[in-house]
Amino acid sequence: MSLAGLFLITFLLVHLGLNLLVITNNDPMVFNKAAHFMSTNKLIKVFEIILFGGFLLHIIYALILQAQNWLARPKRYHKTNKSETSPFSKWMIHTAVIVLTFIVMHLFDFYFKSKFGGAPEILVGGEHYHDFASMVVTKFRLPEFVILYLAAFIFLGFHLIHGFQSAFKTLGLNNKTYTPVIQALSIIYTIFVVGGFSAIPLVIYFQ
Amino acid sequence: MTKLESKIPDGPLEKKWSNYKATQKLVNPANKRKLDVIMVGTGLAGAAAAASLAEMGFKVKSFCYQDSPRRAHSIAAQGGINAAKNYPNDGDSIYRLFFDTIKGGDYRSREANVYRLAEVSNNIIDHCVAQGIPFAREYGGTLANRSFGGALVSRTFYAKGQTGQQLLLGACQAQSRQIKQGNIEMYPRMEMLNLVMIDGRARGIIARDVITGKIERYSAHAVVLATGGYGNVYFLSTMAMGANVTAAWQSYKKGAAFGNPGFVQIHPTCIPVHGDYQSKLTLMSESLRNDGRIWVPKNKEDAEKIRKGEIRPGDLSEEERDYYLERRYPAFGNLVPRDVASRAAKERCDAGYGVGNTGLAVYLDFEDSIKRLGKDAIEAKYGNLFQMYEKITDDNPYETPMMIYPAIHYAMGGLWVDYELQTTIPGLFAAGEANFSDHGANRLGASALMQGLADGYFVLPYTIQNYLADEINTPRFATDAEEFDAAEKETSEKLHQLLNINGSKTVDSFHKQLGRIMWEHVGMARNQDGLKKAIELIRVLREEFYKDLRVPGNLNDLNPELQKAFRLADFLELGELMAMDALNREESCGGHFREEYQTNEGEALRNDIDFAYVSTWFYKGDEKAPEMVKEILNFEAIELKQRNYK
Amino acid sequence: MKLILKIWRQNSASERGRFVDYSLSDISPESSFLEMLDILNEKLIMEGEEPVVFDHDCREGICGTCGMYINGRPHGPDELITACQLHMRKFSDGDTIVIEPWRARAFPVIKDLTVDRSALDRIIEDGGYISVNTGNAPDANSIPVNKEHADLAMDAAVCIGCGACVAACKNASAMLFVSAKVSHLALLPQGRIEARERVHKLVARMDALGFGNCTNTGACEAECPKGIKLTNIARLNREYYRSRIF
Repeated sequence: MSLAGLFLITFLLVHLGLNLLVITNNDPMVFNKAAHFMSTNKLIKVFEIILFGGFLLHIIYALILQAQNWLARPKRYHKTNKSETSPFSKWMIHTAVIVLTFIVMHLFDFYFKSKFGGAPEILVGGEHYHDFASMVVTKFRLPEFVILYLAAFIFLGFHLIHGFQSAFKTLGLNNKTYTPVIQALSIIYTIFVVGGFSAIPLVIYFQ
Repeated sequence: MTKLESKIPDGPLEKKWSNYKATQKLVNPANKRKLDVIMVGTGLAGAAAAASLAEMGFKVKSFCYQDSPRRAHSIAAQGGINAAKNYPNDGDSIYRLFFDTIKGGDYRSREANVYRLAEVSNNIIDHCVAQGIPFAREYGGTLANRSFGGALVSRTFYAKGQTGQQLLLGACQAQSRQIKQGNIEMYPRMEMLNLVMIDGRARGIIARDVITGKIERYSAHAVVLATGGYGNVYFLSTMAMGANVTAAWQSYKKGAAFGNPGFVQIHPTCIPVHGDYQSKLTLMSESLRNDGRIWVPKNKEDAEKIRKGEIRPGDLSEEERDYYLERRYPAFGNLVPRDVASRAAKERCDAGYGVGNTGLAVYLDFEDSIKRLGKDAIEAKYGNLFQMYEKITDDNPYETPMMIYPAIHYAMGGLWVDYELQTTIPGLFAAGEANFSDHGANRLGASALMQGLADGYFVLPYTIQNYLADEINTPRFATDAEEFDAAEKETSEKLHQLLNINGSKTVDSFHKQLGRIMWEHVGMARNQDGLKKAIELIRVLREEFYKDLRVPGNLNDLNPELQKAFRLADFLELGELMAMDALNREESCGGHFREEYQTNEGEALRNDIDFAYVSTWFYKGDEKAPEMVKEILNFEAIELKQRNYK
Repeated sequence: MKLILKIWRQNSASERGRFVDYSLSDISPESSFLEMLDILNEKLIMEGEEPVVFDHDCREGICGTCGMYINGRPHGPDELITACQLHMRKFSDGDTIVIEPWRARAFPVIKDLTVDRSALDRIIEDGGYISVNTGNAPDANSIPVNKEHADLAMDAAVCIGCGACVAACKNASAMLFVSAKVSHLALLPQGRIEARERVHKLVARMDALGFGNCTNTGACEAECPKGIKLTNIARLNREYYRSRIF
């Protein structure tokens, strides 16, 4: 669970790095080329499978653990718990469902289109490229799309802010000196990822 | 007349225990498996003995009324455990620990037992460390010690303020291991209500499953009672709510003699009673008296104003305060022994100088210490105690003086046992606080844990074999003997009787009444008239109890009121015996203070010529007075002296 | 003080339970929570009703017997205490107080507010000890223990086994309890010898008994009356992986 989570956390960074090319580069072909590389390179193909495996593992584990956790308390309390806790940790399964729904949608929007057609194409230097850059720009001109994506990123943030540091605890990586660092990192990471992803629709929308 | 045989081995004091072990009868490993021992109680003595016996190969059945053996009240002991290790190199020795314990007990305990206790004290520390008890350590990794009342050396080992908890968990974990290995059958929430005797020997018990209410029978080759003390006869005490005398008392009624029932210890620094609804008294560690000064107002008018809340203690100047311990005992001041400090507080309150809304409290003031050492130093020393005090009283002891009052804390008396910890019933043993043995008329701080574990780990597992060795030809027996029928019937009838009175008063209301009688007349200061009156009052109360008690619910159910009623019925009988014992002992010694026997300065006056004995009481029937037999205490190693703290 | 109490009443494990409302008046703010329940019970007995059954014993916060879920918090609205040390001054006049038993599959209700926590004992029986027989020990000072480790071991060993961690946990997990015992023993040189088997056995037993999983939510730490830290759980995880991998 935690290992798969950390793996996905790393993936998000790569994903964000690529996406930022859309707004940091004036030439849309930089992004398109990067996307092209990601979808054609053999090594990346292998990683793609591992990535899906990671997702699946994370989801399956989550379902098993959640089922066990619900079974561990068949009769629930009348009064909701008022213990002081990390607020996001209580909603992990809920934020997970929201984020998963978003991911599926997101895959339909971009990933499947590139695989099974439907994405606009562009010819540069005698080679066909999917013109993801223009696709992204078109989508994020629509306000409902921007709002949807921003909302999803916020829930992703809720999921990450607990998940990041929790994964270290589950792995037993806890120590007087490092734990505060990890906790700070989890906040920085979350802000960076949520901020970075959110910047893309915002910048495009307001351009 | 009944004879008492204490079975003290011959030979010089320091050789008695090793000689005993060298010559006692033992049971071979194959036979151990065929022998059953019933252990009632899972505190320090019970859990330690059950674990040790099971490790040797005996089959043990362990019982406790709590939902888990780990909850026995040994867990509440705070301060520490004594041992004669002499790690601080300050001149301690087995002899010195022995001497301090005899002297602290005001020369009313058996020399041979106490010497053995001091001897095995060191083995306890070794064993507990091997078990993983997290005792306090020095930076070099060795064990730390602290000093405690009644000794000139630092011999107390401790684990923060939770030494009892840690030692108990250690013993319970050892017990858990044997449960896992199948050598101990554990019966939690199972309360012993009767002893079964066959041919004059203890052969089993009748117990009630607290959850289902079912009465059940258990047989064994020997029965050990490690059921703790009977402080709850006073209703308010530092004991756990469920602590009771039933197992010991039912055994007394079957023929086990009761030793020194009147000896109870009153601890001077408890949080005072604040209302009728109060159920429990909380102890504040004795160590507070190292830095706190005890006082009451000098003028009665001021005391009254404080009680009414018109003025605050801080409003009184130095001249308006009476530091009565410093005034009466200039040499020891606030550090006089527990019994002396307790009586002095009672004396002031009885005279009308008490504070608090009830007038039954004195101040323990840290103002001077905070001025002298700074708040930080006081916090480092007593922070957790101050916090506990504030949680309970809502007063901040850094700003306003603490209020304290004495409370019942420990029972030195208990089932009489010989050197082998066997009661006057063959096959029935008593260990820990449940027996009368080692503390005489007063127990020193940090000695209760030592005695419980000594009995459990190192004494009983040896001595019980001397008895069991003769039992190897006795096969395991079923529980259908007529003696079991009779005992079960007796218990069942008693339970039905209690349920069917249908009167108008609750168990607690009777218990509170008994507590008031005991505290008033059989408490810190006793006199002939008061004790006689107490005996009368208890008899009247007992009659009323059987006429007007109301117990709700059913027999075959979890019914805490029925449990309480059964326990109280026994306390109502024990209380009378305690008063009779106190009446008989016409001297003052340790926790037993008879107002008629005091020096001109108001100090306890012991009478070694007439009372250097253990008063041992035998039950003779409900309608007849019990018979008192004296076990004369012979002091060979120690010269008897009057204590002096001026 | 005047109070409305909403208390879970259930006759036995097999019967259905329900909330029953009681009102009390003239409660002193100086009384403890359990003394308030004593007063209720005295009243119920006199009215011919059955008193509320709840577990309690030492009433000084160390035996771990008492435990109830008071207004959404195990042991009620105060820090670092058990229910027996909770005082009525923490409530206001006219308050409604909802009192429920610990809820967990591993802690079935016996009657009213009393639950069966013997699952915790089962876990300890599987290895929550150092296997040493009486009489085998070397001199106590022959095993020096680093003071910092001894202190950390003590901080973990103070667990009173009340079950508040399980009751508070949204997953009814016993990780804090188990990790406290694993940490206590793993931190001491005497306990290292069996550390590998111990952590395995305890975790396996905990899982088998139907407790939930740890999601590092921290409710256990927030409600532990003895202040046992979440870092013990990380230590348990570390011990667990170490024993698996190395």
